[in-house]
Amino acid sequence: MGTSVVRAVDGLSLQVDAGDFVALLGPSGSGKSSLLNLIAGLDRPTAGSVAIHGKDLAQLSRDELAAYRLRTAGMVFQSFNLIPTMTLVENVELPMRFAEVERAERQSLARQALDRVGLGPRAAHRPAELSGGEQQRAAIARALINHPRLLLADEPTGNLDSHTGAEIMSLIAECRASLGMTVIMVTHERALAERYARRMLFLADGKLIGDMVNGAVDGAANGATA
Amino acid sequence: MKTPDLLELATRNLRESMLRNSLTTIGISVGVASLVSMMSLGVGLQRMISVRLEKVGFNLLTVLNRGNFRMGAQAMDLSQANAADERALDEAARVEIERLPGVIEAYPDLRFTGEFAFGDVTRHALTTGLPDSVKTTDDFSNVRGRYFSAPGAAEAIVDKYFAAELLGQTVKRPGRGMLKKSAPVSLDAGALAKDVVGKPLVLNYSERVSGAGQAGGYSVEPRQATVKIVGVADIDIQSRYARTGVFLPMKFAEGLHVMQAADLRATSAPVYNMLIVRVREAGQVQKVEDAVKKMGFGAFSIQDAMRSLRQGFAVFDIFLGVFGSLALAVASIGIVNTLVMAILERRREIGIMKAIGASDSDVKRVFFAEAGAMGVVGGVVGVLFGWLIGRAISVGTNIYLTRQGAANVEVWYVSWWLVAGAIGFSLVVSLLAGWYPASRASRLDPVEALRYE
Repeated sequence: MGTSVVRAVDGLSLQVDAGDFVALLGPSGSGKSSLLNLIAGLDRPTAGSVAIHGKDLAQLSRDELAAYRLRTAGMVFQSFNLIPTMTLVENVELPMRFAEVERAERQSLARQALDRVGLGPRAAHRPAELSGGEQQRAAIARALINHPRLLLADEPTGNLDSHTGAEIMSLIAECRASLGMTVIMVTHERALAERYARRMLFLADGKLIGDMVNGAVDGAANGATA
Repeated sequence: MKTPDLLELATRNLRESMLRNSLTTIGISVGVASLVSMMSLGVGLQRMISVRLEKVGFNLLTVLNRGNFRMGAQAMDLSQANAADERALDEAARVEIERLPGVIEAYPDLRFTGEFAFGDVTRHALTTGLPDSVKTTDDFSNVRGRYFSAPGAAEAIVDKYFAAELLGQTVKRPGRGMLKKSAPVSLDAGALAKDVVGKPLVLNYSERVSGAGQAGGYSVEPRQATVKIVGVADIDIQSRYARTGVFLPMKFAEGLHVMQAADLRATSAPVYNMLIVRVREAGQVQKVEDAVKKMGFGAFSIQDAMRSLRQGFAVFDIFLGVFGSLALAVASIGIVNTLVMAILERRREIGIMKAIGASDSDVKRVFFAEAGAMGVVGGVVGVLFGWLIGRAISVGTNIYLTRQGAANVEVWYVSWWLVAGAIGFSLVVSLLAGWYPASRASRLDPVEALRYE
C-alpha cells in the first residue's frame, strides 16, 4: 500500500530438488510466506524468475498460472481455508470441478481421499462442525486431489496444538513418501522442521541466511534421495 | 468449469444468502411484471380493435367510380386520378375485377329502405342484398332456418330484432357504443324462427324504370314483391350488417331495380354506385386495391385506416415498454448492488477458489451464473405477477362494463412471444448487471483476498 516499496523477498536465489521436503524457517516478516506465494503462483515476482519443472511462472499468463495452481501445486494454509458453506466432500471436490472431472468420478474420488485422511464418516459435515486437526486433514485431502507434484504448506500446524500438529506433519510426510512429491513448508517451529524436513532454509529480511541439509531425518520415511 | 457444475454452484451460493437474493429477485420480478402488464395491455387493446375491424370487413375492398370517389373522399390518395378517364363502373368492370387473382367476389353494395308487410303488421327496414360468399362468414353460418336456396330466389332472411318487431314485440336494439344505460333485451333467434320461417313477407318499393320516353331518363314506379322468410339471423353488433333488418339474395335484389339515392344523377346505362370486393385473405387486399386503381377506379379498404392506427399503436407500445423497462432498470441496479455486496462478503472464498486453481473466468462465470439465475427466476415470477395484474385489470374492466350494460371485452392479451421475450429480456438485463461485479470478482488478487477476514 502507499508509495513505499516493500521487498518481502529480495535477491534470493535457491534451487529445490524434485521429491525433497523443504522447510522455510524464519521470524515473522522474514519473507517466507511471500516466497511460498511466489512458488504457489499466487504472486508474481517484480524481477527475477521462479522456475518449476523448467517453466518460468513469471512468464505465464493468468490462466496458465491458474492451471498451474490447479494441477501442479497443492496448497495447505494455517487457517485451513475450507469454504464454510460447503461440506467436506464438496470442499475436496471443488478443485476437480475446476479441472472438469466427471461428477460421478469426482464424488467417489473425493470420498476416497477423505477416507485416506481418516475423515470418511465426516464427509457430509461442514468445516465448522469439525476440530482444527480434522479441518486441516480435509484441507490436505483437497490439496492432493488433483495429484500435484508440489505440496506447499503455509504454517500448517500454526493453529493446532502440538499433538495434533505432529499428526498433521506425519500425514504430510506420509503423503510425500507415497506420492513422491516435493513438499515446501513454511514454519517457525524449528523442532517440527528438524523432525520432518530434509532441508532447512533460513530467511531473514527477504534474504536467505542459511541452508542446511538435515541428516537426522530418517531417509526411508522420506522416500528416495535427491 | 462445466455448465451444469456452474449452475449448481451458483444456485447453492444463492441459497446461502436467501433473504438478500430473494429481495433482489423480487425487485427483478416487479420490473418484469410491470413490463409484461404494460406490453400486454398495449397488445390487448390493439387486438381488441383489430378483431372489431375484421368483423366489419377486413378482407373487403370498396371500389367507387373515380368521380364519386373524389367527392366522397377528398382526403384519400388521388395520385392516380388521371390514369384513365372516368371509366364506368359497369357490369363489364365488375366481371373484370372479379377475375383479379385473390378475389372471391365483387358485388354491388345494395342497400335500400323498404316497407315490409307481415300479416297485418307493416314496418320499415334497411334491406341489404347478400352475395353468395357471405354464407360461410360468422354472421350467416349460424342462421336459424336456412340460407338462400339460390342467388335469385325470392327468399328473405330477417334479423332477429326485426323478426321480433314483425311479431309485434317492442324491442330495443343494442347500440354500438360500449356504454349504455340499460342492458339490451336478449332475443332467442331459434324461438323467433319457429314463428316466422316459411311465412310470406311483402315488400313495397319503388322501381327505377329506364328509357321511358326520353333518352338518358328514367321513371319511378311503385312495385310490390313477395318473398318467403327462410331464416333468422343473429348478427353481431360489431358486424357491417348489424343494422339491416331484411336480407335478400343479391341477384334477386338486383332484379328489383330498386330506386337508390345515387340513381338521381345517374345516366341511363346501369352503372354501379359502388362495388364491394371480397378478397380471399386480408393480406391480399393491398394487391387487389392497386390493381383496381390501375383499372381507373377509386378504391379503399379498412386496412388503409389500419395503417395509421398501427403506427399509433407502435408508439403506444414503445411508450408502455419504456415505463416497464425503467422498472427493470431499477431492478438491475439491485442486482449490481447485491452482487457487489456478495463480492465483499465472499472475498475470502474467491481467494480460496483461486488458490486451489480456479481461473479468472471460472470466478467470473460463477458470478455471472448467479446473476443469470436471479434474472431467470425473477423473469418467470414477474411474468406470473404481470399475468395476474392483467387478469385483475381485465376482470375489473369487465365488471364495470357489465354494470354499464355493455358487452365484455378482452383488453388484455399475453402472447407466448411476450412471455419468452420478458424472461429473455430479464436474463439479458441481469447478465449485463452482473458483468461489472463478475469481472471485478475475477480480477481479485488471491493473496489479498486470502488475507481478508
